[in-house]
Amino acid sequence: MTDAALGRLLRQVGRSPSALMGIVLVSVFFTLALAAPLVAPFDPTAQPAKRLLPPGGRHLLGTDEFGRDVFSRIVHGARISLQVGIVSVGIALALGGTLGLAAGYCLGVVDSLTGRLVDVMFAFPSVILIIAISGVLGAGLSTAMVAIGIVYSPIFARIVRAPTLAVVQQPYVEGARAIGAGLGRVVSRHVLPNIAAPVIVQTTLSFSTAILSEATLSFLGLGTQPPHPSWGTMLSGGRRFMELAPWVTVYPGLAIALTVLGLNLLGDALRDALDPRLGQPDA
Amino acid sequence: MSRYLLRRLGLLVPTLLGISVLVFVLMRLIPGDVVQVMLGTEAQLGPEQRQTLYRLFGLDAPLHVQYLRWLGDLLRGDLGVSLRTAEPVTAVIAGRLPITLELAILAALLSWVLAVPLGVVAAVRRHGVLDALAHLVGLVGLSVPNFWLATMLLLVTSLYLRWQPAGVEWASPLRDPLTNAQQMLLPVLSLSGALVAVVMRMTRSAMLEVLGQDYIRTARAKGVSEALVLARHASKNAAIPVVTVMGVQVGYLLGGAVVVELIFGLPGIGWMILNGIYQRDYPLVQGGVLFVAVVFVLVNLFVDLTYAYLDPRIRYD
Repeated sequence: MTDAALGRLLRQVGRSPSALMGIVLVSVFFTLALAAPLVAPFDPTAQPAKRLLPPGGRHLLGTDEFGRDVFSRIVHGARISLQVGIVSVGIALALGGTLGLAAGYCLGVVDSLTGRLVDVMFAFPSVILIIAISGVLGAGLSTAMVAIGIVYSPIFARIVRAPTLAVVQQPYVEGARAIGAGLGRVVSRHVLPNIAAPVIVQTTLSFSTAILSEATLSFLGLGTQPPHPSWGTMLSGGRRFMELAPWVTVYPGLAIALTVLGLNLLGDALRDALDPRLGQPDA
Repeated sequence: MSRYLLRRLGLLVPTLLGISVLVFVLMRLIPGDVVQVMLGTEAQLGPEQRQTLYRLFGLDAPLHVQYLRWLGDLLRGDLGVSLRTAEPVTAVIAGRLPITLELAILAALLSWVLAVPLGVVAAVRRHGVLDALAHLVGLVGLSVPNFWLATMLLLVTSLYLRWQPAGVEWASPLRDPLTNAQQMLLPVLSLSGALVAVVMRMTRSAMLEVLGQDYIRTARAKGVSEALVLARHASKNAAIPVVTVMGVQVGYLLGGAVVVELIFGLPGIGWMILNGIYQRDYPLVQGGVLFVAVVFVLVNLFVDLTYAYLDPRIRYD
């Protein structure tokens, strides 16, 4: 991120309470995820207390159907969500980014084939495709992350291709090639700096949708498997007892909603700061 | 327009073929022995029986031959049979379709009814109380997962309003509209939550852009009433990006239907795909995913074609 973009982002945060809120929510999420063993008072899989204890006392957010501390599980759940965000968006960025770069740089057959592949991938509703891939490959966190990464990769392919195409046709890139600059140098020195802004914005927004997708998969029993504390798994397990103990379903849902809200607000602020052309007028 | 239509229909062919290849390949990625996976862990087969089943399912042929056979069946409307019930997949889909269709249509209608006026008012009364409310609705709607919204709606209605489930089986709106309305109310609300947010944000944004155009200023200068400016001049042009987003949101409706149908026990297409995955009934999953993708592509084609009607400035040739 350039100094000018960082300056715009800081001014944006100063002007916009929603951007500030986004940064606060995302900071809380990252802190909880990274410091989970220090913040959580109990082991997230241990059963130290009575079942379905209401919030209060030693158990800030109560206990679940197995007597596990809901707060500790939410804090450790943040860790899983962070992992999902990083790994699945990383896969999407690596796959989609490479395809987009190849399409924009090579053009011709590579571009046509990539374009058709992206069109076909976009022809599937993303949730259905993620569910189908996870279901076929077998339930589990690793599979879920791979499935989410594959399904999100066409977005990055599209986002990377267009600016690559524009940059490659610039006279300074032709000049660089003429003096013998190789593919690696052209991409790293000329292409990547020019596509960084939209990629950073899309990464933030995809991070939130990846967390939502994993929560959905885990809720359906196709993502993180019990007893690991994914927010979606917690919600799914607590659903059977929600009339007796609503806190088991209310708090994990709130954790998802607040994290996604924070990432969306941050994504909007980044978009306005880094690439105002992508923004909607005063939306 | 007709040339554009032909070109779009021509482009549809490779996309549909691509979808079929992807779905076919996906089902061949099942780890382990496919026949064993299909039969479950209980069944133990000898090599001869296993070979017979391979021949029966056509799995002994090379992969491209398997694909071409499958494609041929597909073109005749044959999606195979369910491994659990031996029912044709096409018949299962046809039986489940009305439920998902009703859920998606009602959720889309509800979101338009709520979101479009709210988006228009938010744009017209920019920076006012209603604009702030619309902003809040947009933020919350995009952040709350539909399965949590559905769970909370169930919790509130059962715990505080003491609502009872209306019947065990889905009641057709044509046979029993009252029971159907009771059964569909909460699922529709759950599914439309995020859609309201997206459509409202897009309507507001599009309306703001259109209201700043010269022709709107001209209409006002000519003395046209504000209501007429909005109804005749602004709405139609502001509808273009809104319609675009609605096309994309069909994907959200179809995907969201999986979760909502599971939570509320509605046996639609989403429930069918999910149960197919749980029961390893792969022909059912394959047929369901393929059907949903084809519907999604066709709806988006239809949405593209409506641009020309909404904005005569758009020329495709």
